[in-house]
Amino acid sequence: MTTVTTNKTDHGGDVRLSGISKTYGSFTAVHPLDLTVPHGSFFALLGASGCGKTTTLRMIAGLEEPSSGSVFLGDQEVTSLPPYKRPVNTVFQSYALFPHLDIFENVAFGLRRRGIKSVKKQVEEMLDLVQLGEQSRKKPHQLSGGQQQRVAVARALINTPRVLLLDEPLGALDLKLRRQMQLELKRIQTEVGITFIHVTHDQEEAMTMADTVAVMNAGRVEQLGSPTDLYENPHTTFVANFLGTSNLIEAEVDTKTGDDIVLKAGGGKLVLPEARCSAPTTTGGKVLVGVRPEKISLTHADDAGEIPEGRNRITGKIASGSFIGVSTQYVIDSAVCPEFEVYVQNVDRDTRLVPGADVVLHWSPAHTFGLDAAQSLLAGTPGSAGIQEEAAA
Amino acid sequence: MPFVNWLKRHFVVIAGLLTLGYLLLPNVIVTVFSFNKPKGRFNYEWQQFSTDAWKDPCGVSDLCGSLSISLQIAVWATLGATALGTAIAFALVRYRFRARGAVNSLIFLPMAMPEVVMAASLLTLFLNLGAQLGFWTILIAHIMFCMSFVVVAVKARVMSMDPRLEQAAQDLYAGPFQTFVRVTLPIAAPGIAAGALLAFALSFDDFIITNFTAGSTVTFPMFVWGSAQRGTPVQINVIGTAMFLVAVLFVLTSMVIGNRRKKQKA
Repeated sequence: MTTVTTNKTDHGGDVRLSGISKTYGSFTAVHPLDLTVPHGSFFALLGASGCGKTTTLRMIAGLEEPSSGSVFLGDQEVTSLPPYKRPVNTVFQSYALFPHLDIFENVAFGLRRRGIKSVKKQVEEMLDLVQLGEQSRKKPHQLSGGQQQRVAVARALINTPRVLLLDEPLGALDLKLRRQMQLELKRIQTEVGITFIHVTHDQEEAMTMADTVAVMNAGRVEQLGSPTDLYENPHTTFVANFLGTSNLIEAEVDTKTGDDIVLKAGGGKLVLPEARCSAPTTTGGKVLVGVRPEKISLTHADDAGEIPEGRNRITGKIASGSFIGVSTQYVIDSAVCPEFEVYVQNVDRDTRLVPGADVVLHWSPAHTFGLDAAQSLLAGTPGSAGIQEEAAA
Repeated sequence: MPFVNWLKRHFVVIAGLLTLGYLLLPNVIVTVFSFNKPKGRFNYEWQQFSTDAWKDPCGVSDLCGSLSISLQIAVWATLGATALGTAIAFALVRYRFRARGAVNSLIFLPMAMPEVVMAASLLTLFLNLGAQLGFWTILIAHIMFCMSFVVVAVKARVMSMDPRLEQAAQDLYAGPFQTFVRVTLPIAAPGIAAGALLAFALSFDDFIITNFTAGSTVTFPMFVWGSAQRGTPVQINVIGTAMFLVAVLFVLTSMVIGNRRKKQKA
């Protein structure tokens, strides 16, 4: 699209961070971090505010100087290059559109600074791509939030950067528009094939858009993987709680049989596939057993005999249930976990499942995951450190 | 009580019109008396309508000479004060340096200090330095006291500016100089323009400091002051009215241009 050399076959769009960290005085915003974002991928940095995700992004852009470590774009080290010499463009959180220039000139800004004379055709094409061809002579403040956001994307993309950095670009939009822009951005990324690095605190947004998500907490990457991998097999309580909801039970390792670990929790036994346990397991040692609320089936205690063999079971009493259309969300009071959350699809509703009823919770061992017991059960839940600010913001 | 009710309803309009009249009445008197043909040397009583003074504005000796000196000083003082004041404003907003707080308050000193005290101090300074009083000493003094006003006007603008705009410019391949010229300066321009206009008006108008630092040079305000003791030529009113008209024209043109731009964009 432009004169910038982007060879699709090489790995010029790889972003490699090698041991980069950032400290402000005695505060460490980002602990030494190694990260490789492959060329052409849609990568998300997910975390609560203050977790270091934006600082990491700004170090890639060159707007922040790392305290240690290096940044590579493909094979080229760019650590000491100023932002205006890096083949990287940013979509800022507040869009940062130039208020004194119209939409056309905003989009043309990068091309003009690189001395490209005939920008008209390119700018018009780019404005058409983001469906703003009609608005080219308006000033930014005359556009709606969603339109401004698209201008910001167009202004960055027209330079065909090797990497596009997006700093919470959808944060200021309302929910409906946000969903629409998520799909739009994903479409654009697939179309242009540029590496996107997207910073967000919205876990749904990260999971919808990104191929790979890095969950950050307190300046460190907690876990990195595909959205399904992170959701199905979290490695820390922070990830388990920050992405969706998890029920966590403290349990003791009893025996190991083949690929499975048998655990004691309360009076009963639970089975956990060894491959799905990220914690060291020694007999008698503690682990946290986790299961997602929608993986659990709920059976009235009277029908307990009908539950197939081989499933993990826990008994309890329904504390409350809220009907939300597609599903009913129950909170179960059980001996091993005081507030066990269960989401039941409203297919065949059992009228006996009302608050106070005795029930058996059961799920396939394959849906169980194991975590190191030496961490806070509440990390990553709303109200815990770091997450609270986000809810207030 | 229909009258009281009417008064209550239109109170804001009436108060506004009265205030406007209060503001503009002196200008009206100046304009009216520029068409007077006084009998004696003093232009204080209306005699008869005449355009003599308008036909020959430089008819009084030294008047246009002093006007030219005042305009020259005002232009140079504006340029000097705007350049220095803008630089100071940027430094104060953008950089953290030692004594920044002190500088921030010291900058207000020339605005707060009684002018006559500052004028006397400046004269002492110039005399001690052995400087030849005249055009240059006036200019130095004017740049000095206009600067504070420029700093205040520009600072307000720079403070409200989103630093991310400059980061965005850098991100879009603009080096430090390009960023300043293409983004920072245009966005700060209204503040700089306001500061410059203020500086021009203050410098052109100044009497006290000028009187102390002028030596034998005579500026327009000094000429008016001097002639007021011996008699006021109608030409002074002509110059005053002309200045007023130029200012009004200036405001009107900028308003028309602004409106036209808005219409084009819409």
